[in-house]
Amino acid sequence: MKVVYNGENDRAFKEVLGETIQRLAIEDRDVIYLDADLMSCIGMAKWAEEHPDRAINCGIAEANMAGISAGLSAVGFKPIMHTFGPFASRRCYDQIFLSGAYAGNSVTIIGTDPGVCATFNGGTHMPFEDMALYRAIPGAYVFDMTDTAMLESVLRQCKDLPGIKYIRVGRKNNKKIYETGSQMEIGKGILVKEEGDDAVVFACGIMTAKALEAAEILKKEGIGIAVIDMFTVKPLDRQMTLKYAEKTGAVVTAENHNRIGGLYSAVCDVLAEKLPLPVECVAVEDEFGEVGPQDYLEKRFGLTAERIVEKVRLAVSRKNRRQTV
Amino acid sequence: MMLEKQLEKELKRFALEIRIGAIEEFKARGFGHIGGSLSIADVLAVLYGAVMKYDPENPQKEDRDKLVCSKGHAGPAVYAALGLKGFFPYEDIKTLNQPGTNFPSHCDRKKTPGIDMTTGSLGQGTSLAVGMALGDSLKKRNCRTYLLVGDGEIDEGQVWEAAMFTAAKKVKNLVWLIDNNKKQLDGYTKDVLDSGDLRAKFEAFGFEALRIDGNNVEQLYMALTKQADDKPLAIVLDTVKGKGVKEVEMAASNHSMTMTEETYDRWLAELRAELNAIS
Repeated sequence: MKVVYNGENDRAFKEVLGETIQRLAIEDRDVIYLDADLMSCIGMAKWAEEHPDRAINCGIAEANMAGISAGLSAVGFKPIMHTFGPFASRRCYDQIFLSGAYAGNSVTIIGTDPGVCATFNGGTHMPFEDMALYRAIPGAYVFDMTDTAMLESVLRQCKDLPGIKYIRVGRKNNKKIYETGSQMEIGKGILVKEEGDDAVVFACGIMTAKALEAAEILKKEGIGIAVIDMFTVKPLDRQMTLKYAEKTGAVVTAENHNRIGGLYSAVCDVLAEKLPLPVECVAVEDEFGEVGPQDYLEKRFGLTAERIVEKVRLAVSRKNRRQTV
Repeated sequence: MMLEKQLEKELKRFALEIRIGAIEEFKARGFGHIGGSLSIADVLAVLYGAVMKYDPENPQKEDRDKLVCSKGHAGPAVYAALGLKGFFPYEDIKTLNQPGTNFPSHCDRKKTPGIDMTTGSLGQGTSLAVGMALGDSLKKRNCRTYLLVGDGEIDEGQVWEAAMFTAAKKVKNLVWLIDNNKKQLDGYTKDVLDSGDLRAKFEAFGFEALRIDGNNVEQLYMALTKQADDKPLAIVLDTVKGKGVKEVEMAASNHSMTMTEETYDRWLAELRAELNAIS
């Protein structure tokens, strides 16, 4: 896997999402795709029409879709279900929890437009808590997608992975970070950049590119940081978390999610137990979402490279002064 | 299809044995969901005694007929039926709800051989059954899924999402069986949340909907061996909650009961006498 980041935009996630589901379904007869009236949003409507036995439109009924997916798993299928993030998490949570996980069924769930990516659909459609919910399901996997190369690699692996796999991913484009065709290892963080050992930023999803921007700004100030893409938020890469926390002594997390229950919580879980040290957080501060363009929302909720820079400075100063805040 | 007299007798005996088995389970633990277990004993007897295709030696056989007991709290009755059919040693069912048991209050496919789906959170078994039947049909397996839903359970909105899907997508290898025993935990369904005319509701959803005496093995057999029409089948089973044990039938609150060993023994004696009377 090669980092090819140069600040340019990637392809749109929705294109790659549709293409990958179709490819997996063609390669593996057990793959079946379910949606709740949002097929058109990820470019699957035409294919679904041509493949009525491989694509099931459940209508606007997410709980039923989750249960049907679990039932299909029980008789030998590998279901991939999609809807927007809030409906893929809150709306069908008990069905995923019990009919899926507890009953021993395997389902890949794709929740699109996580957090501020929900833009003009606004607060009702803006999940800042989806990772928290999925993290609380015993044994579940939680992924936040950084770019399309990652999406393709992770989705391909999820198809054959037993259990509940939740993939949160935008529909528009992020920055391109990884070379197309890269293979990501599930459960392992990716060292995207290492400028020095003053601090480490653990980021996921849209925040990974922002952490790289922050690294450039900080470099000019003489602060060298490592940026690690923690796209697998659960199970968290404990080894890498501890290694870079120890190496730098100052940790910042960055996520497009509530600070409660997401990447910050996951990293703190590990560090509190093994290596207590300053951890600063770039995340939504326990608020609901609201409507607006993504750049506005990123500023509104503090999900920016500038905020990462501030938090890195803070973490470094806390490390140096060994102070509590 | 006519029900032969000999088979009718066997099914009546099997239904009584299921009731005896369930009460032996409750007796061993001292309490349990008795009302809704007894109301479905007859439909279980007909399903496992004459209608369903399965192999106790190979409970995961892909093309078996499947039962989803979405009213998962009636697990004890299903365990009795499975134990009597040899899915596991019959005596095991008496570990109901003991620490470490494979026989929990609510059905669990990961624990009990022959339990086709985990249920208990009401409503969820409906969509699961739809998925299983749909999957079997896509795999071109010649088998049916039977979905047993409680009449209290249908308060859950998910039930109607699944019903709408079943009819709209013509999932015809799925048979809905509604245990209309007229009661739920807090009292009569008509008082808690009146479900109105269930047969008409399912018909309006696009099912071929029947309403029969769900404690009558002959009517059950006739309905369950009916050839599938162009529409999926829903059968409203008029049953009595606690059916087969007069004291339970008469009890105002019979969803879950805690009784003394002597009481359980008296009920068992009554049921065994009834069983012996069927020669």
